[in-house]
Amino acid sequence: MELLIKNGVVYDPLNEICGEKMDICVKDDKIVSKVKSPKVIDADGKLVMPGGVDIHAHIAGGKINAGRLLRPEDGRKGTEPRGKLTRACTGYSVPNTYATGYRYAKMGYTFVMEPATPPLLARHTHEELIDTPILDNAILALLDNNWMTMEYVKSGETKKLAAYVAWMIKAVKAYGVKIVNPGGDEAWGWGKNVNIDDSVPNFDVTPRDIIGSLAEANEMLNLPHSIHIHCNDLGHPGNYETTLKSFDVIKGRSNKNRQVMHATHVQFHSYGGSSWKDFESKVDEIAKYVNVKKHVTIDMGQVMLGDTTTMTADGPLEYGLHTITGRKWTNLDVELETGGGITPFLYSSKVAVNTIQWAIGLELALLIKDPWKIVLTTDHPNGAPFITYPIVISLLMSRQKREEVMANVHKAINKRAILPSIERELDWNDIAIMTRAAPARILGLDRYGKGHLGVGADADVAIYDVSPEEKEAKKIQSALLRAKYTIKGGEIVVKDGEIVAVPEGRTYWVNPEFDGKPTKDMLGDLTGKFEKYYSVNLANYPVQDAYLPHPIEIKTKV
Amino acid sequence: MTITDVLCPFCGALCDDVVVEVENNKIVEVKEACEMGVSKMMGHERITTPMIRESGELKETTYEDAVDKTAEILVNSIRPLIYGWSSTTCEAHKKGIELAEEMGAVIDNTASVCHGPSILAIQNVGLPSCTLGQIKNRADLIIYWGSNQAEAHPRHMSRYTSFPRGFFSEEGRKGKKVVVVDVRKTTTVEVADEFIQVAPGEDYPVLSALRAILAGEEDIVPSCVGGVSKERLIELVEKMKDARFGVIFFGLGLTHTRGRHNNVVNAISLVRELNAHTKFVIMPMRGHYNVTGFNQVCTWETGFPFAVDFSRGQPWYNPGETSAVDILNRKECDSALIVASDPAAHFPRKSVEHLAKIPLIQIDPYPNPTMELADVVIPSAIAGVEVEGTAYRMDKVPIRLRKVIEPNHLSDEEILGRILDKVRERRGE
Repeated sequence: MELLIKNGVVYDPLNEICGEKMDICVKDDKIVSKVKSPKVIDADGKLVMPGGVDIHAHIAGGKINAGRLLRPEDGRKGTEPRGKLTRACTGYSVPNTYATGYRYAKMGYTFVMEPATPPLLARHTHEELIDTPILDNAILALLDNNWMTMEYVKSGETKKLAAYVAWMIKAVKAYGVKIVNPGGDEAWGWGKNVNIDDSVPNFDVTPRDIIGSLAEANEMLNLPHSIHIHCNDLGHPGNYETTLKSFDVIKGRSNKNRQVMHATHVQFHSYGGSSWKDFESKVDEIAKYVNVKKHVTIDMGQVMLGDTTTMTADGPLEYGLHTITGRKWTNLDVELETGGGITPFLYSSKVAVNTIQWAIGLELALLIKDPWKIVLTTDHPNGAPFITYPIVISLLMSRQKREEVMANVHKAINKRAILPSIERELDWNDIAIMTRAAPARILGLDRYGKGHLGVGADADVAIYDVSPEEKEAKKIQSALLRAKYTIKGGEIVVKDGEIVAVPEGRTYWVNPEFDGKPTKDMLGDLTGKFEKYYSVNLANYPVQDAYLPHPIEIKTKV
Repeated sequence: MTITDVLCPFCGALCDDVVVEVENNKIVEVKEACEMGVSKMMGHERITTPMIRESGELKETTYEDAVDKTAEILVNSIRPLIYGWSSTTCEAHKKGIELAEEMGAVIDNTASVCHGPSILAIQNVGLPSCTLGQIKNRADLIIYWGSNQAEAHPRHMSRYTSFPRGFFSEEGRKGKKVVVVDVRKTTTVEVADEFIQVAPGEDYPVLSALRAILAGEEDIVPSCVGGVSKERLIELVEKMKDARFGVIFFGLGLTHTRGRHNNVVNAISLVRELNAHTKFVIMPMRGHYNVTGFNQVCTWETGFPFAVDFSRGQPWYNPGETSAVDILNRKECDSALIVASDPAAHFPRKSVEHLAKIPLIQIDPYPNPTMELADVVIPSAIAGVEVEGTAYRMDKVPIRLRKVIEPNHLSDEEILGRILDKVRERRGE
């Protein structure tokens, strides 16, 4: 099967192509330099980009499903009947797996990272990914509140820690290491929480130690992605200081291919003030840091004003939100490993804090000068459902659109946010970087054919029916919400905004090679943990091959 | 041959440490499991061949004809009901949901007549919970409320709660307080430290009194609530607040007595409020080994956990309207496909009477009362013994069921897949 995408205006930042009118050739599932007898797609005057790459969206697994179960009222939004090719769809902030696949594909996205899987529940995440059509995917394993991890951090046995990280990633078929409120969930096992320099109860380590040691193990294993961190102290006034301290933990480290720390949904971590009353944006401080340092990249975690469902492995945070709103609350601590919580949330334009939160996400994208350092996310569904991406993009591209919104929100935005003073408007190249090229590079997936359109890349392409000169936010939004074409693995999956094919997605997982004495010693410790403390047997713990029908294995060497 | 780390496909505790001895494709011994688990895995009377009822008699037939007859019944019905699911794999659930969607059917599962009220309660207030290992390692106060797990989940206490030594509970049973709240002195009481007897149907006011005391409003609590003295209630609240890590496990004593889901809402609310004082969690004692799994799969595939009506094309969820018993009582469905469950033995008489009147298909390894009413009977292999696949423990931990012997029958998944193909063929798709 050959395709020729003709005369499109191509944005392919990883190959330094910026709005050039050119043809893209596809043979089978790859981009090629020429084709013989292709089906021709007329892309004259249309935007052509690599398929979108989402670096952080809670789309599958125990938490999102607990969110669906918690919120039938959300499930009733956006229902669509079964189609000839498509399964029935439900949900807005907690869509069913089918809606997730179709809606991303319609927006031109072809890869999504599920960023927070408790290893014990990884089988569940993979089961849902099997039922999530079209999207290629991967998962990050939560390894920071883990007893084995904390004990090795305390004893300083970094090689054994690396051996453990390698074993876990392989056992649960994950792609990388996730850190969420390090130490906080272990403390939450007793109803408590910790900040970066507090000692974790009973384990005698600090979150700072955990971050540093996991980064060291991550780099020792040469994993394609860096540590991916949700910092301590999320959502609290004045937390920007904790965020900067967290960034600073590994400031001396570097990697020639990528960052050594990816900090996620930094919007939730860029707050000043000492209480909700003087809550304010401290994006200026965060941007000042990110603009000059090379070791850290971030994603936005943009909030959109409206109703959504919050869900995170940060157990104490969700309890805190529940005590603020009084709304229903689900918690799921996971033995020896992590935690999690879910509660619905309304970001209201009439509430000063929510309005400032909305501004902060945009400020991050606009004040950080280099778009390769900041990825577009809403931390779906925490800041907003992923389906709002086109609106976020239109806000970043249009100052006029931002001013329209700002005219109708709480006036605190004029005093305690920076957004009103920002004139910058992003262009399509910036957007292509923030939604494709940068996330692919940050994840290390650019080396495996994602996020670009060079010869040999995966034939994942999005074509949007919008002129590169278009300035009107509404037109930008509707073009991005319903791609003219989405091509996934060389197959046209979306045409004129409708699903026309439903291939199954592939799951990327990393197989880190790390053997020898540290592994042998680690396995002894691990066996003890299962015999004494886990509620399942070690033999039943690793995720079986049956849960990855279309695996892409990436081997790494020390 | 000895096979270790086998999962027991019986109750929601989903023990995964069972040892099975197999000789000549026959299980000769089952170790570590409880009596019920041993009985299930050792095996008992099976349906041997597919059957179709002709002139009142079930007559032996082939899989092919039974599947074809099933497809014929389904295609000719306007409002089929597809029900069961709690004793089979998630892989079979997926096929069942796809079939329901294809047919515009109603799909429901046994939670509907079991912990359905718990799910409704969770949808009201949420569920502060955890995995069972968290309880094993941390809990020092364990409360079983309206649940006689000594008989229903015999290894629950020894594996996860009262007895094991955990990381922060090195003393095992000695370091833990176990309280049973129930309307009668169950066998569980024998291994508890304290028994609080509640008058039948009075759980709701007892929970309300505990919440009032916790909120510092003990003045408004009368001297005796639901047969329990105010002093005991105050004592219990103190115990709860003093615990380092407390847990309430609840069973059908809350979900199926007066108040139903409201009882559970009240219990969950109490636990929520206790979190202002200490760490506290709550968990329903799910019955069948994979009832939780069906609710999980149905939720991620349709958005809703049970009682999903596809007659509008998109899923419609409204328990009370779209749940199996209600559909049957209204004589609404004109055929029923039952998989891995036995509604004839468990549904109200009125529902069973309608089941008897409509074309009824039964897929199950075992003969049971539903089979006596069925028009098509399709025997299946036993999931977790003869078929591998996914099951979710009561705390939503997914574990893979092992296959320990080769089956003589098709799996539920395979049978449902064939029915789906036949339905599509008959509808010309």
